[in-house]
Amino acid sequence: MRLTTLDQLIDARQQKRAVVLITNLQDGTQSLYFQDGAVAGTALTEVQRSLAQQALQSNQYLLAENATLFLQPYNPPLRLIIIGAVHISQVLAAMATLCDYQVTVVDPRQAFAAAARFPDVELNTDWPDAALTALLPDARTAIVTLTHDPKLDDPALRIALQSDAFYIGALGSRKTQQARFNRLAEHGYTEAQQARIHGPVGLDLGAVSPAEIAIAIMAQITQCLHRRTA
Amino acid sequence: MPNEDILQTARTWAQQGKQLAIATVIETWGSSPRPRGSQLVVDASGAFTGSVSGGCVETAVITESLAVIRSGQPRILEYGVTNERAWEVGLACGGRIRIYVEPLLSH
Repeated sequence: MRLTTLDQLIDARQQKRAVVLITNLQDGTQSLYFQDGAVAGTALTEVQRSLAQQALQSNQYLLAENATLFLQPYNPPLRLIIIGAVHISQVLAAMATLCDYQVTVVDPRQAFAAAARFPDVELNTDWPDAALTALLPDARTAIVTLTHDPKLDDPALRIALQSDAFYIGALGSRKTQQARFNRLAEHGYTEAQQARIHGPVGLDLGAVSPAEIAIAIMAQITQCLHRRTA
Repeated sequence: MPNEDILQTARTWAQQGKQLAIATVIETWGSSPRPRGSQLVVDASGAFTGSVSGGCVETAVITESLAVIRSGQPRILEYGVTNERAWEVGLACGGRIRIYVEPLLSH
């Protein structure tokens, strides 16, 4: 690898620009294929361009052309948007960071969304629907609502359901889930659309403490991420 | 350690004037400790960061990397299951991996 290629790769990562590193394993030459179709380094054939697109979309490393071409996708980091700066969120934010997610905690209640409670986590004190709209959740984003307050959770879920987020979870008992289902139905969200919401949130581990519930949620997010791409 | 941090480390080391090789897992068969795409960066003194296995073949990969740094030519390494010769380099888990080792060229 040339140092200039390494620089371009790191710069693209910092700009959150999706890029694929394509290596010819026979002669060591390399190219970078950017999401917008731009190419740096050795020119690519049409077939190689479509392989690069495939690598980005699947987020999988590919070995192609009789094992002479290796494609390494570098997608922007996975994101987790947590609605509610509550006790569970403090633990969940830390766990998700360890799992390489870029975490944003949204809560307009400033006493909750205090930097002292969430060191090193991006905090957003806008209303959840405005915050989520601005954050542009995509297919590499997970969204979890944890406030327990329909005033805050519902607007977030309405935006989440319009996005491509790979995971949507909502805290609340089965009874709470039913009540929320009815409220979202009034807003025109069908049963099929609402089926995307995982609630009660998290894998059924019998979790009790905030940390245990965070484990259950992080485990379910991980499951959805890999079942989807497997 | 995520791969992007490994790339950062590679750049930092290169800026310090170190000569480097980057090893990347390009193919795995059966059970293997690290997935495709896992990376390791080595400098000419043998210092390294990252991993391409659970520690099973790193020593051998580092030795090969030093040769790649000297020659400036990439090479492909392959490791399989450890056989009865206990001192042979291999994977105790029974898998097989192929690793691409390339020099970092400053020009």
